[in-house]
Amino acid sequence: MGRVWTFLTATRGSARLHWTDWFSYGYLTLGIFLMFGPVVWLLISSFKTEADLQRFPPTLLPYAQQTVELEGYDEPLPLFLMTAGEYEGATLAQLRRVGNRAQMVDPLNPGERLQVNIANREPVEEFSLATENYTSLFERFNFLRFFWNSTFITVMATALMLLVNSMAAFALSKYEFRGRTAVLLMVVGTLMIPQTVVLVPLFLIVTELGMFNSLWGVIIPGAATPTGVFLLRQYMITIPDEILDAARMDKASEWKIFWRIIIPLSAPAIAVLAILAIMWRWNDFLWPLIVLTRTENFTLQLALNSFQGELQTDWSSILAMTVLTLLPISLVFMFLQKYIATGIASTGGK
Amino acid sequence: MSQAGIELKQVKKAYGQVEVIKGIDLDIQHGEFCVFVGPSGCGKSTLLRMISGLETISGGEIVIGGEVVNNVPAADRGLAMVFQSYALYPHMTVRQNLSFGLENINTPQSEINDKVDGVSKMLQIDMLLDRRPKDLSGGQRQRVAIGRAVVREPRVFLFDEPLSNLDAELRVDMRGEIAALHRRLGNTMIYVTHDQVEAMTMADKIAVLRLGQLEQFGRPLDLYNRPDNIFVAGFIGSPKMNFIEGTVGENREQLTLDTGETISIPGTGYAQRSGQNVTLGIRPNHMDHSDVGLKVQIGGVEQLGGESYLYGTLANGNRITLHLPGQTSVEIGQTITVAPQAHEIHLFDTESTHTLRMD
Repeated sequence: MGRVWTFLTATRGSARLHWTDWFSYGYLTLGIFLMFGPVVWLLISSFKTEADLQRFPPTLLPYAQQTVELEGYDEPLPLFLMTAGEYEGATLAQLRRVGNRAQMVDPLNPGERLQVNIANREPVEEFSLATENYTSLFERFNFLRFFWNSTFITVMATALMLLVNSMAAFALSKYEFRGRTAVLLMVVGTLMIPQTVVLVPLFLIVTELGMFNSLWGVIIPGAATPTGVFLLRQYMITIPDEILDAARMDKASEWKIFWRIIIPLSAPAIAVLAILAIMWRWNDFLWPLIVLTRTENFTLQLALNSFQGELQTDWSSILAMTVLTLLPISLVFMFLQKYIATGIASTGGK
Repeated sequence: MSQAGIELKQVKKAYGQVEVIKGIDLDIQHGEFCVFVGPSGCGKSTLLRMISGLETISGGEIVIGGEVVNNVPAADRGLAMVFQSYALYPHMTVRQNLSFGLENINTPQSEINDKVDGVSKMLQIDMLLDRRPKDLSGGQRQRVAIGRAVVREPRVFLFDEPLSNLDAELRVDMRGEIAALHRRLGNTMIYVTHDQVEAMTMADKIAVLRLGQLEQFGRPLDLYNRPDNIFVAGFIGSPKMNFIEGTVGENREQLTLDTGETISIPGTGYAQRSGQNVTLGIRPNHMDHSDVGLKVQIGGVEQLGGESYLYGTLANGNRITLHLPGQTSVEIGQTITVAPQAHEIHLFDTESTHTLRMD
């Protein structure tokens, strides 16, 4: 903890703050605000009721009006603080409201009905988390179904992609064969073709293969990516050939060299690609939107989209679902990010 | 252990039009410690990789243990190799490094453990078994690399400049250990180095290579005493042999050097003709102070206490090195006269660079 504090309060040297210190910390604070502000706002807003979301001016924290249960009344009654008039300073519960008059009752004396002007009161509010935003996702919508679809697509597509890309990268980096450069150039060249251009032909192929409205229709076309092949190839090139030669002398088959030598030594690059792949697949919207049309096949992103109607938008559900959608990807990043920095391939030689 | 002599028959290697190994014949007996030595770029490492099977050959035959192995993959030749960079598997512990090869041939786990323990004790790396290569020193990595080769009990060991990454002191130690390992295991070993001292101290036989050709193959002292050509004579021995060109006189026991001086050379043992251009080779320690002979202007003196080195120039500007036992009173700037010891003279044909020695 002490080291964290030392790090966070580091200055340019002297005890007095130099103007560059002010500038740096100002810049960093602005950065934190810009990066975390929207996320924090999203998180807080996801706990607001629909009414609270519509309120102007908006509040930072979620509030809800206090209510009280009184004997002889079925429903809980909303509480108001009187600000003027006859009952100023008292806290009254509202029975009903007609025009600008309201019929109210003192919770301490529930028998007597009081007539007040609504201009003379303001609601008593308290901090309250609208957890029903989240529970309703499970009750009203088939959230788990969407979650499962997204997870299945992400996990399968990432695994397939890592396998296919690492095998291609191994061949392109460690084997000498005629046309190797040409193949590599073609793979890298596809980076220059925008996805929208291949959308229609890809759709036709997927339909012909009978994968329309199937999760595999989303998984298979994304299995080989030029970025992944190129990224892994560049990393694998740095693995010394002598290590592979040593493995060959140790009677390892080429397949075994791939699994036991290349894959572990490429772990940092594979971790990076895994993070990228998970983010791509999890956040993918356009392609699933085209391939998946039935609600039971929807991913989370498609489900989010469906909350946004032409006339009415269910903001509280959208916000809650957005939080739930962000959570897994944040966790993945937290666990895998430490692998990005650790390189182990360069330490085996001299 | 099966007999594992190695025979090379006109072995060639070409990359496109460029021939890097130009037809080498070599016969290494079972149990011999053979050193390939030569300057960098001479093809010695390529030749070793061709024997190992990691490099294909463009022509000729490689025979190991009586069997032609041209088309046998590296894994099945029964060889083990120690690489210059050690090439340890960086993600595995020392124990896993040692057992990887045994696992690949489906050795039972108990047997793997026994062998790994035995080899690690022998090489004194048994306390390092759970460490990774990055936590080892250069010398320790070297031992692990050797251990990885030993543990598989191969027919032949191949070493590719294994000591070049170690510091001088450690290199001398490891040199002794590898020689001792050879005595203990009795395997055929091929060892590549550019260091002629390593070659001289370790080898049963030395193969001197230059530009993809075998210059001479023989016992270390044979190469030292009876070099076949100027290259071998200059390469083997430290400091280098001195060479002085000259012409044989009317009397074929007289040699007029380019320095203008005339010395007498043996009439027997060498096939020099009158009027032939020859190169006289004489080792730095085979010259004595003398009244007649070569005049040397001394440009540098190194006194090591037990021995002394003199560096000078001859009358024609050629450099010459003298190695004297004990301490010397010669000083820089002085001119001294030295004469080669007659029976230590080597004569080479200047044109072909071959020796004129008659065997």
